[in-house]
Amino acid sequence: MRRETILNLAIPGILLATALIAYAMDEPYIITLATKAAILALAGVGLNIALGLGGLVSLGHAAFFGVGGYAMGILAFHAQNYMPIWGVIEGTKSMPIIWLVALIASALTALVIGAMSLRTTGVYFIMITLAFGQMLFYFAISWPTYGGEDGMSIYLRNGFPGVNTLVPLNFFLICFVILAVVMVLTDRLGKSAFGLALQATRQNAARAEAVGLAPYRLRLVAFTISGAVTGLAGALFADLNRFVSPSMLSWHMSGEIMILIILGGIARLSGPVAGAMLFIALEYVLEDLSHYWHVYLGAILLGVVLFARGGVIGLIAGREVAHD
Amino acid sequence: MKLKTLALAGLMASTSSMALADGVSIGMITTLSGGGAGLGIDVRDGFMLAIEQSGRDDIEMIIEDDERAPDRAVQLADRMIQSDDVDIMTGIIWSNLAMAVIPSATAQGVFYLSPNAGPSQLAGPGCHENYFNVAWQNDGLHEAAGAYANTAGYGNSFILAPNYPAGRDALTGYQRMFEGDVAEEVYTQLGQTDYAAEISQIRNSGADSVYFFLPGGMGIAFVRQYAESGVDIPLIGPAFSFDQGILGAVGEAALGVHNTSQWSQDLDNPTNAAFVEAFQAEYGRLPSLYASQGFDTANLILSAMEVAHPDDADAFRAALEAANFDSTRGDFAFGPNHHPIQDIYVREVVMQGDVLTNVVVGTALEDHGDAYADQCQM
Amino acid sequence: MSAALLIEQLLNGLQFGVMLFLMAAGLTLIFGVMGLINLAHGSLYMIGAFAAAGVAGWTGSFWLALMGALMAAAMIGALVEMVVIRRLYDRDHLDQVLATFALILIFSEGTRFFFGSLPLYLDTPDLLSGPTMLPGGIEYSKYRLFIIAVGLAVGAGLFWLISRTRIGIQIRAGEADREMIAALGVDIRKLYTLVFALGAALAGLAGAMIGPIQSVEVGMGEPVLILAFVVIVIGGIGSIKGAFIGALLVGLTDTLGRIMLPQLFGLFMDASSATTVGASLASMTIYILMAGILLFKPSGLFGGQS
Repeated sequence: MRRETILNLAIPGILLATALIAYAMDEPYIITLATKAAILALAGVGLNIALGLGGLVSLGHAAFFGVGGYAMGILAFHAQNYMPIWGVIEGTKSMPIIWLVALIASALTALVIGAMSLRTTGVYFIMITLAFGQMLFYFAISWPTYGGEDGMSIYLRNGFPGVNTLVPLNFFLICFVILAVVMVLTDRLGKSAFGLALQATRQNAARAEAVGLAPYRLRLVAFTISGAVTGLAGALFADLNRFVSPSMLSWHMSGEIMILIILGGIARLSGPVAGAMLFIALEYVLEDLSHYWHVYLGAILLGVVLFARGGVIGLIAGREVAHD
Repeated sequence: MKLKTLALAGLMASTSSMALADGVSIGMITTLSGGGAGLGIDVRDGFMLAIEQSGRDDIEMIIEDDERAPDRAVQLADRMIQSDDVDIMTGIIWSNLAMAVIPSATAQGVFYLSPNAGPSQLAGPGCHENYFNVAWQNDGLHEAAGAYANTAGYGNSFILAPNYPAGRDALTGYQRMFEGDVAEEVYTQLGQTDYAAEISQIRNSGADSVYFFLPGGMGIAFVRQYAESGVDIPLIGPAFSFDQGILGAVGEAALGVHNTSQWSQDLDNPTNAAFVEAFQAEYGRLPSLYASQGFDTANLILSAMEVAHPDDADAFRAALEAANFDSTRGDFAFGPNHHPIQDIYVREVVMQGDVLTNVVVGTALEDHGDAYADQCQM
Repeated sequence: MSAALLIEQLLNGLQFGVMLFLMAAGLTLIFGVMGLINLAHGSLYMIGAFAAAGVAGWTGSFWLALMGALMAAAMIGALVEMVVIRRLYDRDHLDQVLATFALILIFSEGTRFFFGSLPLYLDTPDLLSGPTMLPGGIEYSKYRLFIIAVGLAVGAGLFWLISRTRIGIQIRAGEADREMIAALGVDIRKLYTLVFALGAALAGLAGAMIGPIQSVEVGMGEPVLILAFVVIVIGGIGSIKGAFIGALLVGLTDTLGRIMLPQLFGLFMDASSATTVGASLASMTIYILMAGILLFKPSGLFGGQS
């Protein structure tokens, strides 16, 4: 248990160090990669609330990731074109407002999808979350106002009071601080009365119900929080790329976020961070080796699922390892 | 360990760009795998043919596969600009990827030459002095098809395209020139592969012509199903669904279809004849429209490099604007928004020996620019 | 809309539904008997289509291609079951989702490696090419009628297999009580491999039959897979009857929605925004159908408890 606490500090520390060293060596692209890892890790932390704490295998979290992305895209689009939404609401290029809107929009989406999907369990739940995700994906493709399949370009990154977000390191630090704050809050959530009740429903729903807990309501709250955090990550991801498109909503995105968690270690606080760093590093290294790098990714994923179920953190925290 | 490899990679990247301080570094992001890979492969092969023919050894090419995913394209572009210090970028096939990459690339001082996509935003208000389109503005071939339908005497068209921006632009472009009536305007799902329902609508529409824009696998599926259905209303399409790379897959269902293109393998000019021959010798297949666009793009860059280095941005830009190169299309010039002014031809699909190909049967539009040029202020 | 057009569209919806049934039947069978959620089912559809294109290119015969696709999909299905899937039966759904997602990555890139990135194509056999005249003066593609016929025949065969044969009894027993059937001396490993191969063969058949109407390319299985999931959720997991009804519902809803929604909106909107809004909503109709059915029957039309 203590080793895991150390890991929970060390793993984000490695991410921070990577970005700082890249900055010292004037390698902005590595900082961009570290930023991407931080954002995907945040999405993973969000999914982990549903998956790890609640045991809800959602294959539709790209929906919330995308809604967060589109919240950013739509607000910035209207701001950059000086065209109020429905002629009333001004767009904005201010990150804090965009984050708030992204959180609310993705929480509402998660509430609606969750309210319907959580009436079912098991395989039904997996398939239904997948189907709802695809529904939003197809809707985004065929709805012309915000670019449809083409997506939307935001020419300049949105602003944060007092910080020049165009400097790669500054934007990384913003994302990293958000990740750290959300991780601390998630840790608290897991240990709170709510978190304990949620884990009880995961382990045995019938018994939890017998002692007076309401599994449906607990799960719906967890699912909504989970969707909101993933949506916030979506808004940051859109700002990283200065671009939003339906591909953020595709089920491959849902799969990737889930893969991050598994690579790192499910239901571990810093699992998504380790997983995201590993995923980005694999992508960076493997695709130089081969055009067919997804084969290797698939093989590694299969290996982890079949033989190393704890992921990276399980490997390290699970037994004595005496090297760096 | 991970840090060390990353640092090493960084060191290697910085030394390699130093070694080529006087040369020109070109980043190509294009689609080399997944749906639509044939287009990117042809652009790349046409482009590289011109680079090889030039015999220059001071050009560093960085070629990456975007897998047709916008976020991946953005990431590759960031890498090329921030880490590899490229001077010029090119290669993107799809409009949505172009919109994701080009505005931020040109804003960072890189020249971008588009060998294919020509979204209207970048031709109009979003134009940029460092952005050049060497292919066409997206509406061009559709406008030409509308003009052709007039001369062919059609008065009632059924028109259909996927429900996404390029699809809506296509039907708008067709109607901009077409003077007859539109029997029905239908938008299909992007990536749809079964057109039974739409073909039934066409059969019952009473139209005398069908105009469709369905790029890639969608077009293959549509044309084959259309031939199978026995509906005999003539088809008109842009070159994309009847080009060399795709004709084999469409098969004999395509025979006799008229389509519009700014290029054809039988265009009668010496540059084109030499290009078709050299491409066949090098790659063992007939070149496509996309190969010709890649070839022209590279030759335009080479012609400007004779005048100035991209670091001297103003001189290099002026040299690009002059477009002083031999195009496979014959005459080629840039309009005020850095988009081509060119002839667009009508081609017919024929069987030559046992190979399906296109021959030019007429000219749809002469010296055609685009409808957005006057919205562009550089 | 004329009656002839309506009948033609109903046939189109039926043909689409029958294709979905072939996919959904395998998925629902595999889940019902082994309790496995198999995301890689779409890859087997793709393998069927590629095998058919390969055999057709080699021999020139559509019928051999169809046989080849069936065999290739069944064999690869059996192989995958023995190497990977078998280890997943007693794992939770999350592991199954991830492992079969990994299989999709491997199959897609592997196919790309062997067949290249360009789409392949299959020709319709001469016997079935072109249209035919139906009673009432309706012209309709012979090949699509063939697909409908094959799909209905396979459906009937499956019902017969499950309700009348020894294997069917074992399958039903396996669905009801997995421990019991092993205790009765049935070789459960063999049965599982067989059921998985059967599901794979159905997916392969669907892929091969769709080859001549569409292009054969990497990734073609995924949209169909997700629709098959919708079908199963509507019909009820594990129920072949549910898969059949669900598939026809989805097929008809999608086809008719695509045609009618734009016309419906045309009644009170100008033509161009009606087509846009109609087309946008048409892409969502089947999901709305699914949500609606779930509201009243959370375990699908013919599902027991989930």
